[in-house]
Amino acid sequence: MGTSSPEALLICEHCDTVYRRRPLARGEVATCARCGAELERHHAMSTNAMLALILTSMIVFVQANMWPIVTLGLSGQHSSTTLWGVIIAMWQEQAKVVSVLVAATLFFFPLMKMLLLGWLLWFGKAGRRAPGFVPLMVALHRLGPWTMSEVFVLGALVAIVKAHTYFDVTADPGIYAYAALTLLITIFAGVDLRQLWDDLPERTA
Amino acid sequence: MSALPRAVDLGLIACTTCGLVCRNVPGHPQLDGDGIDDAMACPRCGSTLRRRKPDSYARTWALLIAAFLMYIPANVLPIMRTASLNDIDDNTIISGVVELWVKGSPDLAVIVFTASIVVPMLKFLALGTLLVTARRGSSWALVQRARLYRLVELIGYWSMLDVFVVALLTALVRFSVLSLVEPLPGVIFFGLTVVLTMLASMSFDPRLIWDGKDTDD
Ligand SMILES: [Zn+2]
Ligand SMILES: [Zn+2]
Repeated sequence: MGTSSPEALLICEHCDTVYRRRPLARGEVATCARCGAELERHHAMSTNAMLALILTSMIVFVQANMWPIVTLGLSGQHSSTTLWGVIIAMWQEQAKVVSVLVAATLFFFPLMKMLLLGWLLWFGKAGRRAPGFVPLMVALHRLGPWTMSEVFVLGALVAIVKAHTYFDVTADPGIYAYAALTLLITIFAGVDLRQLWDDLPERTA
Repeated sequence: MSALPRAVDLGLIACTTCGLVCRNVPGHPQLDGDGIDDAMACPRCGSTLRRRKPDSYARTWALLIAAFLMYIPANVLPIMRTASLNDIDDNTIISGVVELWVKGSPDLAVIVFTASIVVPMLKFLALGTLLVTARRGSSWALVQRARLYRLVELIGYWSMLDVFVVALLTALVRFSVLSLVEPLPGVIFFGLTVVLTMLASMSFDPRLIWDGKDTDD
């Protein structure tokens, strides 16, 4: 392989097969011929579109955390909770491990992900590497599977059905905001952020 | 035997963090997940470059066994107490599924059963199988095993479902006068099971599936 530079190569992370990089067509996904894993995908979304999407996600995220998720009613009494209500309740009920898990996977990690993306793309829009680009890109990679908003939406649905046998249950704006957030996250999940490494080469300036 | 070249044979290493393809520093020892550290840093992101994830077999086994040990109390112990004026009811994962089924939501019962029982069991069996077959350098069902690993990675975190359900119900019902929902230790063990199985599948290196007998020790 003496002729090609390493940048022109692509290695499948799932089986170690080496490929020569080729330009992808719009929306095309390159898969590994040996193991079938995804190698690289072309994303048509512009940086501006992604920034707009992140801003939307942040607004929705604030809504999702501000508004109650579900309200219970029983003989005239009402009780509702927000995400932080859940986190605090678990902490006080001697389930601190669960409280930390919920806070991390539903609040801190998603928040960090959005802030990191926003920061990196804001500078990326101008073709520049954001301050702290390298450690922040590594942090973004490490956050990987630890955001679980979509699981929470399903969990809220199950909780509503369970509580429904004893109470009047109303779904509140918070859960709709969460559902919207899940949709936005799904769009993001299709974007390969590693491309930023190639799109924004290091500059000595 | 295949026309597809592998990085390990060409002296190349891909950075697992940023994807940069690096030429191996000559004279470095071959690494096959046996923990010999070659401590070369990726020139682009600074992460340590390794041919295979370090101690993949030992770490994955340890995490998987730990997860399984947590999974037993997670199923045996109740995860949630519901109390009203005239009765106290301790729910386990299975009794929660049965209750959903009986009370007329079989579809949700199936979803919870899948997330809480099927997915963790699949992870134990799948990762166990992958560890054993990769260690033996088996060439059995390579593509299917690779696909199985990707499935485990993709669906793993959905097991957190029941943990979120208990947390939400607790927060909702705790202030009402007539009834009470409390988390019980089972839910903590279950949360730990999910985290440990996720860590286990992350520490398994799928490239070991393809390494075969010759590169294994
Ligand atoms: Zn592959
Ligand atoms: Zn790197």
